[in-house]
Amino acid sequence: MRKIRIGSGAGFAGDRIDPAIDLIKYGNLDYIGFECLAERTIALAVRQKMNNPDEGYNDLLEERFRLILPAMQGSKVKIITNMGAANPQAAAAKVAEIARSLNISGVRIAAVTGDDVLALLPRMLELPVLETGQPLCACEGKIISANAYNGIDGILEALRRGANIIITGRVSDPALFLAPIVHEFGWTSDNWQLLGQGTVAGHLLECAAQVTGGYFADPGVKDVPDLWAVGFPIVEISPNGGFTLSKLPGSGGLVSTATVTEQLLYEILDPKAYLTPDVIADFSQVQINQVGPDMVQVRGGSGTAPSGQLKVSVGLDEGFIGEGEISYGGPGAAARARLAGEIIRKRIEYRQIPVRELRIDLLGLHSLYPYEMTRKLSNYVDDGHEIRLRVAAGTVDRRAAAAVGNEVEALYLNGPAGGGGARKYIRPVVGVLSVLIPKTWVQCQVKLLEV
Amino acid sequence: MKLRDLAHSRTGDKGDLSCISLTVYDLADYEKVKAHVTADRVAEFYAPLIQGTVTRYELPQLGALNFILTRALGGGVTRSLALDSHGKCLGSALLDMEI
Repeated sequence: MRKIRIGSGAGFAGDRIDPAIDLIKYGNLDYIGFECLAERTIALAVRQKMNNPDEGYNDLLEERFRLILPAMQGSKVKIITNMGAANPQAAAAKVAEIARSLNISGVRIAAVTGDDVLALLPRMLELPVLETGQPLCACEGKIISANAYNGIDGILEALRRGANIIITGRVSDPALFLAPIVHEFGWTSDNWQLLGQGTVAGHLLECAAQVTGGYFADPGVKDVPDLWAVGFPIVEISPNGGFTLSKLPGSGGLVSTATVTEQLLYEILDPKAYLTPDVIADFSQVQINQVGPDMVQVRGGSGTAPSGQLKVSVGLDEGFIGEGEISYGGPGAAARARLAGEIIRKRIEYRQIPVRELRIDLLGLHSLYPYEMTRKLSNYVDDGHEIRLRVAAGTVDRRAAAAVGNEVEALYLNGPAGGGGARKYIRPVVGVLSVLIPKTWVQCQVKLLEV
Repeated sequence: MKLRDLAHSRTGDKGDLSCISLTVYDLADYEKVKAHVTADRVAEFYAPLIQGTVTRYELPQLGALNFILTRALGGGVTRSLALDSHGKCLGSALLDMEI
């Protein structure tokens, strides 16, 4: 029976491009998915689109497709990606423009939309927010975006209509990989066991190198060969759902039961109930076996019917974060950094800078974990030969955020001895909340462009 | 001995939840790790950090435990003032636990 080969070309918006191009050229792939849309990324993209209706898609889309389009010539590989972010149609038009500029033809580009449900906001305001239990209308901050996590339907329609490049907005991450499997094997939309097993494949692929040795190495304990050149993963799946996971021969990284187990459990909550729009997948009986060098076999995924509701990510404008950092070195570094932190706290109070929340950390001593936790670690030290003070403040307006960074910078002349390397940053805060809406409220649309 | 001698960990986030998995190197050590690294003990370990609860899920055939820590990330990656706003570094500390 025919198997299909699916690669992963990106696990986040800014991921490396060369391992994806290697997979397209040498992976003998049928499909490659690029997952490029984190929870808050789409809210930022909505802002870009408001400023310019031709923008609002992934920043690296052009750079990626300038390499993808020539690499896929003469091969059967089809591209599926959520790089469309807030504007899949503009993204598709950009890819068509790149194809023409490279004299490449025979490309059918589909834009899959329908995830933007901001227009339904009046119907959502009374719905409970999953994170707080309060109705959406009770939340602070201006709502700037609302995007439903769609399933495989729109991508399936695009595949049926012959698209070889499919660009979506918000869809569930595994859907980018589950859709082509369902399309090729004709799995029915209520075969929960197969959809659950296919979701295992999608989940393992969606973070790219995180399953092939990335985010894994711990020298001397968990070593990974040639991590600098880590290869992206390839799934080869059978019509019965069984699959192997591997990477290109000669690429760096590691595929083992350990790397794959870590990724199987990554960011899932209850392994018996991984919620997606297409299936409630059950990962609890999954078996992972090493069947060759850098190759594992995965089976045992299952599932049950989904709830019929879709999760909507609501993006909110929640003000700003102002940050400042400065370093102290040599004997007494920690004491000087602490003094600097106290000065900042008093200055913010004295100047009445409107700060909602303030955090002061000593990088190198206790910034990752609270002091009470850090001091119990077996390799804890109470001083350091170089310590960096970091101040972060949540503010309503940009001016207050800027004032915090300026106070840290002013420690050069006004603070303890020997402060160096001051930096300051301001960034807008986009909060994300979730509500559930009936799937029937959302309608996917597919538009095709041909070059 | 340290938990790090028996198991490895990976950390992810979902909103204000932290998801920390533990996987034993040798399946023979699974029951030992399961007996020592209870949800209560993990909650105690992270007590200065989390405001919520710890739930443990067990996957014996993979030699793995999955811990979900609620109200653990200062409101989640988009709002947190922490340098490591995802809490990616949390699981590494757990490996310091004495077994």
